[in-house]
Amino acid sequence: MFGVGVLSEFESKQLLARHGVAVSRDKLAHSADEAVAAAVEIGGPVAVKLCGSSLAHKSERGLVRLGLDNSSAVRSAADDLLAAAVEDDGEVALLVSEMVAGYREFIAGVVHTEQFGAALMLGLGGVLAEAVGEAVFRLLPVSEADCKDMIEDLDIPALMAPLRGEPAVDQGALVDSLLGLAQAGGGGGVEAIDVNPLVIRDGLPVAVDALVVTTGS
Amino acid sequence: MSRPPLDLLFNPQGIVVAGASTHPGKFGFVALHNVLAGGFDGPVFATNPDQPSILGVDALESVADIPEGAADLVFVCTPPHTCSEILRSAASRGIGAAFVASGGFREAGSEGARAEKELVQLARSLGMVVAGPNGQGLISNPAKLAAQIVAPIPPPGPIAVASQSGNLVSAFMNYAAQSGVGISRAVSAGNAAMLGVVDYLGWFASDPHTKAMAAYVEGVEDGPAFAAAVKRVAAAKPVVLVKGGTTPRGAQAAASHTGALATDDRIFDGMVRQSGAVRAQTIEEAYDAVAAFATQPLPAGPRTLVLSSAGGWGVIAADALSKSKLELIPLPADLKEAIDGLVPPRWSRSNPIDLAGGESRDTIPEVIDLVADHPEVDAVIYLGMGIQANTASHLRSGPYFEAAELARICEYHERQDSRFAQAAADASARTGKPILAATELGITQPDNAGPATLAAQGSYCFPSADRTVRALHHMWWYARWRKRLLG
Repeated sequence: MFGVGVLSEFESKQLLARHGVAVSRDKLAHSADEAVAAAVEIGGPVAVKLCGSSLAHKSERGLVRLGLDNSSAVRSAADDLLAAAVEDDGEVALLVSEMVAGYREFIAGVVHTEQFGAALMLGLGGVLAEAVGEAVFRLLPVSEADCKDMIEDLDIPALMAPLRGEPAVDQGALVDSLLGLAQAGGGGGVEAIDVNPLVIRDGLPVAVDALVVTTGS
Repeated sequence: MSRPPLDLLFNPQGIVVAGASTHPGKFGFVALHNVLAGGFDGPVFATNPDQPSILGVDALESVADIPEGAADLVFVCTPPHTCSEILRSAASRGIGAAFVASGGFREAGSEGARAEKELVQLARSLGMVVAGPNGQGLISNPAKLAAQIVAPIPPPGPIAVASQSGNLVSAFMNYAAQSGVGISRAVSAGNAAMLGVVDYLGWFASDPHTKAMAAYVEGVEDGPAFAAAVKRVAAAKPVVLVKGGTTPRGAQAAASHTGALATDDRIFDGMVRQSGAVRAQTIEEAYDAVAAFATQPLPAGPRTLVLSSAGGWGVIAADALSKSKLELIPLPADLKEAIDGLVPPRWSRSNPIDLAGGESRDTIPEVIDLVADHPEVDAVIYLGMGIQANTASHLRSGPYFEAAELARICEYHERQDSRFAQAAADASARTGKPILAATELGITQPDNAGPATLAAQGSYCFPSADRTVRALHHMWWYARWRKRLLG
């Protein structure tokens, strides 16, 4: 159903959304004009990112522009990003996304290993995710109780509670996101899923960036 | 003949030591020695083509000379190239199980690995089950069977052990010998050519002599199959698991952050939690936990009360509790009032309950009963047992024992600690709640009246407050998992 390799951020989020994972509001644009129109439609400050199936590590290459709150900023970012694309990037487009504000960022995903089969992951996210290395796993298939246990095992009650004016994390919604991820990652055709960050906005998790690696089958 | 294959290993009607030796430095001698010293009930045979008798057992030339049907188990100590012939002879005499202690198989390289594979194929074709090879042996106390090439023979008890490392089987058994909470069955899986740790756990799950089990594993080849097997076992009885070896993952999935975070140990940890086994980081922690499971009822909830006549230990218990998922509950008002009626007002009036030396003869047993009976308490940790008996021990060995006529006070102190330990055991039996007593005196002074009374009850004397909290935490975790599983 997918080609071999990596889905673009847009395709990745669409796949996750179909399985019930809450994702940011996104629009795909193929020109600066389309990007401006998309930003107007989404409303408020937006992020513009270069989007393509060969662009796994966008932030490291500076292909992400955040907090653009007027049309000229969107247009100039769009022009810059399109100009920054190189031949190896293949077919690229612009992804215009709502800005999702929240202090708390998780990382979640699915990984397949030879020894354990498919496993679901939840960890502390953001750019420091790997350095912090706080992550818990469960083998697929997972139950709702398994997902609750993952949150508990992460052992960060202070981050789950109300924080600096933000409400407590809606654990039911976080469990739903995990179950959706498990469904998306366990159904075949998917080798790995990365959601980073999964931002907590008003207590609810929103997938802000996602990467789906597909298998050859 | 239709008995489950592991029955033949752990409850054989008769046993043959193949390759018995007269040389006390050889495994073939030690194995026979241990079988005899263990007092095995059934017939014991030994083979050695060059000796008429070893340790009073008539040596047969070959396993083929065993009377048909006289034995179920052959314990093999001979070099690897002789093992096939021994299996064939054993099968021809109706022997259905072998424990191969001999080394020189997979652990010795590719040729050994091939020999091991052939041994398994042969065993399958003969309808035999093979434990090992390269294992230390097994203990089966209900059968008085000590078929192993190492020490000790542990006291009988409710704990079963299966381990990929033979030395760690011994470690569990040494703890059992020291604490008195003994062993039902223990087995060193060796190279686990045909029988792995989970196969043994599966058999322990329906063994009426086993209440809880401990396992040590290193590699797990098929994670999901391992998890499913452990889950079936944990649904029946508590399993405490220690995993050794952390293999760093390859870069296979490094394209994703999830892949980079997916260490074997993290995934293993999640898998163990899903399967309902309790994971301990060390053998010491594992023994504490399995002894707790084997001797105490499961807590119905996390609400924990600490009763201490040893102030600092109470503080350490409180610290450990606050880092666990157990609850150090506020002291219920009615308990406070009841205890106020028993001791002078300088007591702590909070949880941990520290009576601050205000207790009289019956206070401790009375307070143990009060807290154990309280509906808001799920578990009790009792600290400070043995202090009086320790004083008695000191007075007894001192220079004034006779002159100052200290016998009476010593006996009183000892009686008191014995009563306290008894009160903890009785209250647990009456209420069905875990009451865990801890003192280092269980190790430093095992004949102290407190620990000794506990041991006589078959109870475990925990070595410290913090280790008690960790064991209780494991119990609560498992109790919760079980509740959820059973709905």
